[in-house]
Amino acid sequence: MTIQEIFFYLFSIIMLAAATMVISVRNPVYAILYLILTFFSAAALWILLEAEFLGIILVLVYVGAVMVLFLFVVMMLNINQSRVSEGFVKNLPLGIGVALVMLAEVLMVLWYKNQTGVDNFPIPVPHEQGYSNTAEIGERMFTAYLWPFEIAGVVLLVAIVAAVALSMRHREGVKTQSVPQQISAEKRDRLELIDMPVEGVKKN
Amino acid sequence: MITLTHYLTLGAILLCLSVAGIFLNRKNIIILLMSIELMLLAANMNFIAFSRFLGNPDGQVFVFFILTVAAAEAAIGLAILVVLFRNRNSINVADLDDLKG
Repeated sequence: MTIQEIFFYLFSIIMLAAATMVISVRNPVYAILYLILTFFSAAALWILLEAEFLGIILVLVYVGAVMVLFLFVVMMLNINQSRVSEGFVKNLPLGIGVALVMLAEVLMVLWYKNQTGVDNFPIPVPHEQGYSNTAEIGERMFTAYLWPFEIAGVVLLVAIVAAVALSMRHREGVKTQSVPQQISAEKRDRLELIDMPVEGVKKN
Repeated sequence: MITLTHYLTLGAILLCLSVAGIFLNRKNIIILLMSIELMLLAANMNFIAFSRFLGNPDGQVFVFFILTVAAAEAAIGLAILVVLFRNRNSINVADLDDLKG
């Protein structure tokens, strides 16, 4: 058994066990922590496949940003645990049944007599020393995939705007500063000059 | 040696686990979102395995875009979830039956 095989099986087992825990634990906070473990193991497997850039991106962006966002939301919402996890046992046979049927179908395609030809791919040779995965992806991304790259930026911008617009709340009866109202205030809105007789002085 | 079939099998198992997760946790939208993230991870695993075994880094560029879209989806999904919880005080999928005829 080579060192690659040992690491492949180690990280695969950790990843699948953590994914099983994600879908089976009751507490959503634990589920998120197991999901983080899943992503870490997946990043290790990707680095084993010599996709170093994406492995690091998965840890930095996914674990660092998206999972923390999940964690924030779960902690912000005060969820009633017992109500949320009811029906788990009722759906268990159906869920496992459907998953096993799907798995059997995929494995039949993959394993049965090499009918798709996936076994014909040769084992790739490792890249030579000094090879930069990041440089190669960057070169593709900024030449052949420049247009999709810019669209991805717009997608992220739209996501920011949508998330802010959705979660912004206007509460009634709260005194806050309104800058447009302050700027557009004019003298005649605030000051009124009235004519009135002066007390104690006789007019002649 | 580790062949392409190993990685594809791994991706298939991960995808089936997340499908089972969607069936099991129908009361909790947060875990449904997490199962969708797991599904995307399984798809990305296949992309990277094929990219490596074909010797073509274009697949990794695709994974990058999938990660971008998945991050946007997670942000909007969680924002919708927060608004939903604020209005309904519940994240149970069965409570969302306003469009039911």
